[in-house]
Amino acid sequence: MSPSVNILEKSRREFLTSSASGLGGIALGSMLANDGMLNASTVSGRDRAELERLKPNHDPKAKACIFIFMAGAPSQLDLFDKKPKLNELHGEKLPKEILDKARFAFIKPDTATLMGSPRKWKRHGKSGMEFSDLLPNIGSCADDILLVNSVHSEEFNHHPGQLMMQCGVSRFGMPTMGSWINYGLGSDSQNLPGYVVLNAGRGSSGGSTLWQSGFLPSSYAGVPFRGVGEPVLNLKNPDGLPADLQRAGLDTLKTLNQKRYQEVHDPEIASRIASYELANRMQTAAPELIDLSGESKATLDSYGVGRPEPEGAGFRGTLPGVPTYDTFARNCLLARRLVERGVRFINIVHASWDQHSELDKNHGYNAGAVDQPIAALIKDLKQRGMLDSTMVVWGSEFGRTPLGENRNGRNANTGRDHHPLAYSMFLAGGGMKGGLTYGKTDEIGWGIDENPVHINDLHATMLHQFGLDHLKLTYRFQGRDFRLTDVGGKVIPEWIS
Amino acid sequence: MVDSMKFRILFTFVSVLCVGQSNSVAEVDFEKDIRPIFAEKCTLCHGPDEAKAGLRLTSLEEATRKLKSGESAVIPGKPASSALIDRIHTKDPDDVMPPPDKAEPLTNTEKEALSKWIEEGADWPRHWAYEPLNNFPAPNPKEHQFIDGFILAGLKEVSIEPSPQANPETLIRRLYYDLLGLPPEPEAVAVFLEEWNSGEEKAYGKLVDELLSSPRFGERWGRHWLDKARYADSDGYEKDNNRMNAWRYRDWVIDAINEDLPFDQFTIQQIAGDLLPDAGENETLATAFNRQTLTNTEGGTDKEQWRVAAVMDRTETFSAVWLGLTVGCARCHTHKYDEITHQEYYQLFAYFNNGDESNTKVKRSEEDWKDWEEKSADHKAKLEAKKKEHAALIAGISGEQAAWEAGIRDVVEKATVTSRQVSIEVAKASGPKGTTLTKQKDNSFLATGKAPATATYTLEGTLPVGAYSGLRLDVLTDAKLPGKGPGRTDKGNFVLNDFRIQIDGETIPFGGARSDFAQGGFPAANAIDSNKKAGKGGSGWAVSPEFGKNHWAEFGFGRVVTLKKPGKFKIEMVQDYGGNHTIGKFKIGALSGPTKLIVPETLLPLLSKSVPERKEEEKTLLKNHFLSVHPQSQRSFAALASVIASAPLAPNMDVRVISKRVKDPRETHIFHRGEFKQPEGKVEAGTLATLPPPKHRGAAGDRLDLAKWLVNGENPLPPRVTVNHIWGHLFGKGLVPTVNDFGVRGDRPSHPELLDRLALEFIELGWSRKKLIKTIVMSDAYQRSSDHRRELVEIDPKNRMLARQNRFRVEAEIVRDVSLSAAGLLSEKVGGPSVFPPIPDGVTDANYNSSFKWKVSSGEDRYRRGMYTFFKRTAPHPNLMTFDCPDSNVTSVERTRSNTPLAALVTLNNETFHEASIGLARRVLEDKADVDDAGKVDHAFKVCLSRNPEPEERGEILNLLQKSRDYYESHPDEATKLLGELPVAKESKDPKSLAAWAATLRVVLNLDEVLTRS
Repeated sequence: MSPSVNILEKSRREFLTSSASGLGGIALGSMLANDGMLNASTVSGRDRAELERLKPNHDPKAKACIFIFMAGAPSQLDLFDKKPKLNELHGEKLPKEILDKARFAFIKPDTATLMGSPRKWKRHGKSGMEFSDLLPNIGSCADDILLVNSVHSEEFNHHPGQLMMQCGVSRFGMPTMGSWINYGLGSDSQNLPGYVVLNAGRGSSGGSTLWQSGFLPSSYAGVPFRGVGEPVLNLKNPDGLPADLQRAGLDTLKTLNQKRYQEVHDPEIASRIASYELANRMQTAAPELIDLSGESKATLDSYGVGRPEPEGAGFRGTLPGVPTYDTFARNCLLARRLVERGVRFINIVHASWDQHSELDKNHGYNAGAVDQPIAALIKDLKQRGMLDSTMVVWGSEFGRTPLGENRNGRNANTGRDHHPLAYSMFLAGGGMKGGLTYGKTDEIGWGIDENPVHINDLHATMLHQFGLDHLKLTYRFQGRDFRLTDVGGKVIPEWIS
Repeated sequence: MVDSMKFRILFTFVSVLCVGQSNSVAEVDFEKDIRPIFAEKCTLCHGPDEAKAGLRLTSLEEATRKLKSGESAVIPGKPASSALIDRIHTKDPDDVMPPPDKAEPLTNTEKEALSKWIEEGADWPRHWAYEPLNNFPAPNPKEHQFIDGFILAGLKEVSIEPSPQANPETLIRRLYYDLLGLPPEPEAVAVFLEEWNSGEEKAYGKLVDELLSSPRFGERWGRHWLDKARYADSDGYEKDNNRMNAWRYRDWVIDAINEDLPFDQFTIQQIAGDLLPDAGENETLATAFNRQTLTNTEGGTDKEQWRVAAVMDRTETFSAVWLGLTVGCARCHTHKYDEITHQEYYQLFAYFNNGDESNTKVKRSEEDWKDWEEKSADHKAKLEAKKKEHAALIAGISGEQAAWEAGIRDVVEKATVTSRQVSIEVAKASGPKGTTLTKQKDNSFLATGKAPATATYTLEGTLPVGAYSGLRLDVLTDAKLPGKGPGRTDKGNFVLNDFRIQIDGETIPFGGARSDFAQGGFPAANAIDSNKKAGKGGSGWAVSPEFGKNHWAEFGFGRVVTLKKPGKFKIEMVQDYGGNHTIGKFKIGALSGPTKLIVPETLLPLLSKSVPERKEEEKTLLKNHFLSVHPQSQRSFAALASVIASAPLAPNMDVRVISKRVKDPRETHIFHRGEFKQPEGKVEAGTLATLPPPKHRGAAGDRLDLAKWLVNGENPLPPRVTVNHIWGHLFGKGLVPTVNDFGVRGDRPSHPELLDRLALEFIELGWSRKKLIKTIVMSDAYQRSSDHRRELVEIDPKNRMLARQNRFRVEAEIVRDVSLSAAGLLSEKVGGPSVFPPIPDGVTDANYNSSFKWKVSSGEDRYRRGMYTFFKRTAPHPNLMTFDCPDSNVTSVERTRSNTPLAALVTLNNETFHEASIGLARRVLEDKADVDDAGKVDHAFKVCLSRNPEPEERGEILNLLQKSRDYYESHPDEATKLLGELPVAKESKDPKSLAAWAATLRVVLNLDEVLTRS
């Protein structure tokens, strides 16, 4: 090998490896695979470790994840976990031995009483999985759904709880799930970020910390996309600057930067040139992504794109003037389109389910917003043969109490308080067992009787489906090898089909 | 101890370069060959925390201890009898160490090294970072400054020639970027180059001094510190409320660094300024360092939980910033690798556990304060003059008191028991927002709407011609009121705190008052007394427990008011007790004819005494009342009061800081697994056993003891950690690359001797940050070219030997500053409240409830340095975050530097950067109006890059200019669109030309050379 080839290869390798962090995890795996010059003998120890990291530990089932985050804590007792006994005991006090140990945000324990659910319940599919009448459409996907009624968390307040769900630990400065998975696997997308966030309605308690990359480079942070207008911040050229002039400018920039690279040989310059080229590609790809004109009317209708907001006002799941129903439907459809384009992780956020009062009215609104689009998403993925490799996860930071909330000044119990001890989530696709209802709570839904699932276990199992061993996906920061599952987590084999 | 230091130039440098490449072990070195094995593969189970089988591989003493099995893991000199060697070689899968599920298996080289190490006597020095600072002599002190002595010696060991000095254009840019975070103006470059050519050493040193004394230096290096302080403008967590005063601490940091406050004082003041014997405003303000922790005000939180969380953050930030250690692990259990026990964590915690957040008053700024002092002096003079005038007037009318007394006696004598009432026509009655006062058939008013906590009713109308001696207020029941009224509390009470009337703009003084009923302590006279306070501290008329009944009160004027023509009145009924103590229904009337209420009841007996009979205080009472009702003195009092009220307000503000908890000091307990609800054994304040002990002034240690311990010169970590930070900012990477980890798992310094010498130098220079920086930037090592060298890619890929300088992208704030500065837009204002530069739509909606509104700053504040951008923790400005600005939720001692398409989109398309490209275009067109295009391009290069373009570069830019021109000449509307409504483009005479230049020069602003510190 001549010295000049060697140098060329060297800088190409440096470019690629520094780009592992540099290009937002974009397409690294496939770029490397196509890179004939890169073989084991020319890769130094450290770089090899870098490449090694981007290989799954075992055969992956899932390639992409759509995490549907219902911020604010939906009531499992009114959606998934039917409790006839709770209805029977409506108005009674909580048994003393439970009450003494319990901690509440707003409930006054002395006078608090159990609150039954007014919901009607229905069994769905071959599996007979039960859902309340708030989720008829999701119910119709029962045989593809793994319903978990025994999730628990340590965190009791929204923001810490949301961090716990996203990061596996409730501290600040930690990477979120989407960052970890992109860090572990890179992304297959050539021109979109590997981790996209879609928000509908109002902001959540955690705000942008829910898609932070923590101590991982910021290129692993989630990138908020919008379904209308400019999909990504700063994507549009300044008004009055046509695409070909932007292109001409980028060509000039590239020439000058290349010249600089020839002089100083810093591979970061090559990275920068690539970043600008990718940015330009994204300028085309992102608008194409949100352009739904190629979708059939049947598809649009199935998701509920263009649906009107329901009658009424004062819902906690939206803001005045914001078309949350339409946006959420659009976001679910965009999630499918993102997965089709190789995006690794999509976080769909909807707030707020925090119904300390007027739970029926607001859960009605919220369920109405999410039920149809999520069901359509699962069915659409399935019909396109994408569900096996796409994991859909529905969940929140915690659940709600079987007790009605009797906060000061409220005459009647119309809502429920925070309840991290036992709540529900569901998963579909990505190799998860459909039709299975996992875990059992006690007869009033206070504690877990069978198969408790910690958030770390959920994450461990999710990573497993992506071919990642949660004990091996680590990042050293301040001398410690951190992982998504903190110091816990165990894979739950019963979930895996 | 010093003798046991095992730093030798040879091993250090060779080890740096040969990681993973050595195949056989020539001479085993503990630091290089053994400690990493323990740290990576053993101490998770056999470490400071868990001592499985009784074994801790943390010191020779521990390693040679007799184990539960009766064996010893290490027997120096005898590998064959050492259990450790046996266990790493065994084939038994149950016995082999490390267990396969705990760590990667040992390599043969590692096994061999361990055997050899034991054979050679198992030398086990302490971890380098905990050793005392050692004053190593620098090689060739006569030829080189000590920094270069060490670096050149290192390079020589590995036969690498250092790179040459960078050219002067690069040097001035490097200094400007590093010290100020700004590009040099072309004029400054020209001056420097001229001086350089006539004596480079002097010119360079002079420039360094100049930059170190610029106020921009404090901003640049202050921002580095603010990363560590996790400074932000909001609380964090769900509610993330704004902290509108947080900036005052930011300004303290800027000022302290500009004044070169020695780092030991800088440290002490921030950790314990409030505890200094002569703590002033500045020292107290400094403690806001530890108030930058997050505050959780989410509903339903346990305050103690989040207070403990904040104290933990203070403990961990302290350790990360000054000790370079991660103590956070020891919250729950003893550290797995470093010598930090669970108990020691809570000993550190104890120092912070009795510091609570509190408010303190500080000057907004020195400038404002000076300004205020001047204004105050003016005011004082004015006030003195007014007082004199007032005194003269009082003296002039005091002779009228006797006649006034006679007149009062006359009225009192004629007064009848029942007052004569006159009805009043109220034309307009209003209350607070949400309250409606509706006139009833009987001329009374009923208050409706949601009962407010407090209220002031204002009644306006016209009084007919006549003589008036007072007012009457009837408070009435109504079925619509709670408890039938007359008040609006649940039971029907109210408090009338103040009652006043103006006629034709003049306030009428009151005499006395009476009522049919008054609650104990709430007589009607309270409504006309001088107590104007709101809430519980105020005074007023109330009627508990006589609810559900009508009541009345009469208030006599202090002098009879005679109207010769109709007069406009305005009555105010202030009800600011709180808790809905407002009046539900009332009617107002006037009194006429003589009434005893012309004076307060208490004065009546005094009036009948002769002057000599009166006691002194009785005389004063009467005189004061006389003066308060005399029209002239009343007016003069009012005028005096208004002068007093116009005193300029001292420019103080409340800032939240840390202060010592005096009442109920807390005991500190170890928390089981870090759980605040599971306290265990009590601990006293104390530091880490592995470091020199602190000196406590009292029985228990406090924050001041802790702070002094850091900078006593004996504790080796703070100076090492701090010079490593400073080095990192000047070279892009620390001598210890793991800036955040000086523990056993961190990297070892590339130049340990240099690190120690720098630390000692820092102390010797009186902990002067500026002097240390000057020492470093004066070195040859700093001044070398940063061009990469291909022949070094294999042997020193990370440039740890520093044969050359490093190139690195500048930080988020500086990306902005550099562009705005080149555009001639950057504001020079230092400090003050945080600002709101343009932000893309929708970003701030991410905040809870999307309640945060970002009102874009106008004028100068639109163009402030990036560090002044308001930092909302749950919705930070994306221009900052895309370029790796830390999220400020936890301390950050080192930033990452990513290079992403999203960052490219910011500098290409974001409004701020678009505006900068127009600014640059405008500047070039204005500066070089009479020069040709090539000359203009040259100027743009000089502004942005401090150099002329090469012909090829100039040609490329001119080509692009041609394309841009062609386009905007034929699309003038697009040119107008490009310039838009941006302030910078206003009043452009030739929009087509400006647009073409802007579309061209944006490329220059996006050059790697602009975004990178070379």
